[in-house]
Amino acid sequence: MSETRSIRADHLAIASRVPAGARVLDVGCGNGDLLALLKEQKQVNARGLELSPHEAGIALARGLSVIQGDADSDLEVFPDDGFDVAILSKAIQQMRRPAFVLQELARIAPEMIVSFRNFGLWQRRFSLVTTGRMPGHRDWHDDGALHPSTARDMIDLTHAMGLEMVAMAPMRNGKVGEFRSTGLSRLNWGADEVILHLRRSRN
Amino acid sequence: MERLLDFRRRCGHLKRTMPDTTRLSPSEVKQLALPGPLSLDCGETLETVRIAYETWGELNADKSNAILVCHALTGDQFAGSDNVVTGRPAWWPRMIGPGKPIDTNRFHVIATNVLGGCMGTTGPASPGPDGKPWGTRFPVITIGDMVRAQRAFIEALGIDSLFSVMGGSMGGMQALEWAVQAPEKVFTAVPIATAARHSAQNIAFYEVGRQAIMADPDWCDGLYLAEGRRPARGLAIARMAAHITYVSESALKRKFDRGLQDREKASFSFDADFQVESYLRYQGHSFVDRFDANSYLYVTRAMDYFDMAARYNGRLAEAFKGTPVRFCLFSFTSDWHYPPEASREITRALAAAGAEVSHLEIESDKGHDAFLLDEPVYEKALAGFLTANAELRGI
Repeated sequence: MSETRSIRADHLAIASRVPAGARVLDVGCGNGDLLALLKEQKQVNARGLELSPHEAGIALARGLSVIQGDADSDLEVFPDDGFDVAILSKAIQQMRRPAFVLQELARIAPEMIVSFRNFGLWQRRFSLVTTGRMPGHRDWHDDGALHPSTARDMIDLTHAMGLEMVAMAPMRNGKVGEFRSTGLSRLNWGADEVILHLRRSRN
Repeated sequence: MERLLDFRRRCGHLKRTMPDTTRLSPSEVKQLALPGPLSLDCGETLETVRIAYETWGELNADKSNAILVCHALTGDQFAGSDNVVTGRPAWWPRMIGPGKPIDTNRFHVIATNVLGGCMGTTGPASPGPDGKPWGTRFPVITIGDMVRAQRAFIEALGIDSLFSVMGGSMGGMQALEWAVQAPEKVFTAVPIATAARHSAQNIAFYEVGRQAIMADPDWCDGLYLAEGRRPARGLAIARMAAHITYVSESALKRKFDRGLQDREKASFSFDADFQVESYLRYQGHSFVDRFDANSYLYVTRAMDYFDMAARYNGRLAEAFKGTPVRFCLFSFTSDWHYPPEASREITRALAAAGAEVSHLEIESDKGHDAFLLDEPVYEKALAGFLTANAELRGI
């Protein structure tokens, strides 16, 4: 079924940042849609980590190598510099320890691609002001997002951790904008989701 | 364990009975004599080795679709069809067959009885060079020896390489050993509910079993077959002790809790008042008819000696360096015999070695035995892994 599903725009955008033939680890790979795309388009050496045994089983049945585990605790199975690129797609706000997970990704691969929901989007800001409720959070206690953040929050964290921001792209209405290295204020105001391309600092 | 739920009917009495020894030298099983002698890790050589085996499904023209299924400690070659000697049902019928995860319409499935076993492969119950049963004169063997014997056997069948080698528990150790001994001869390896080394706890439990066997006066210093005797009580106790480690605490609670066996109240005696006692006694009692006590000593010893990393200065990843084998591991959350952490250790080493490795940790309360039981996520994932890799291999 997943074979016939249309390819997600954010997956295509992520794929555009991955060099051909790279060794890629997708953390929270789900049923393996992104890894399958990367294998097909970029001939990458693909590995996945996925919490749900059911989803991991689907990825396995597509011929992908996937380890079932929890990004919060199981990234330790991967060796230092075992990969060229580590991807964390729409999962960092679900982590118990986002900073630790980023640090682990930086240990595993020199380059990281991280996507997340931007709570700095202007409608969300107004929603909080006008309704007095967390934006889009009717199930705030049970929606998995332990650490909601804005794009600016995330950039601050990556800077504090000594990671270099190579480029960032906004996502809105299912479309991904261009990757740029500047324009954070505008992106933080207008992006529904954000894709960050990070690099381990060289020093 | 499921199929033993009717044990109550059958185990009312657990008196000592003389086991049927003809079952331990089965002549009606398929056997193949290895073409040459077998050198063992202990330094000795077995001049003649016979391997008992079974197969299911057709070998294809280019002989690329063979899967070797390796059995656990007390298993045998009857993985996919009923045991012709004991009449017991196949031990992996859920997995092997047409349309099953190990699909015999697609794969040629082979299972052998391990070296040191007692279902037709050369072991301590087989005749030694002087025609009398080997007994404890049989050399001590290792998992490595078992796999060397299997490799010679597979070669004798004219099969150059296996599509997959798989097994649970000790069978998983053999799958790992195959991948390390002959990485170019194995396309995929599926070690299930296993470990790369026996833990102190594993060794401890098996030592209890061995001591129980050797403490039985009928063991006769290992020469009981020549004396026409059998250490049935010792072997039954060994099985009881080991069996506790194969089931989880929650499964025991779910099945028995503190339930009494065929009585309203405690008898204030040492009868099997509790269902769990009755169950264990049945496990022990039903085991002695089908298994040789010396085989139990040898095979558990082989598992105790298993430590893959030891050969590589304690670095397990070194064992898998540059391996082309595609691995898929399964572990079960409530397994305390070979817990998920043991599989994670293997996964970590494989990941460090850059190997293609998958590991699924299946949520189950059935303990170590879960690998033989109804676990849909596990069965589906194994089927998916085999199918995807068969396509990759052009099978």
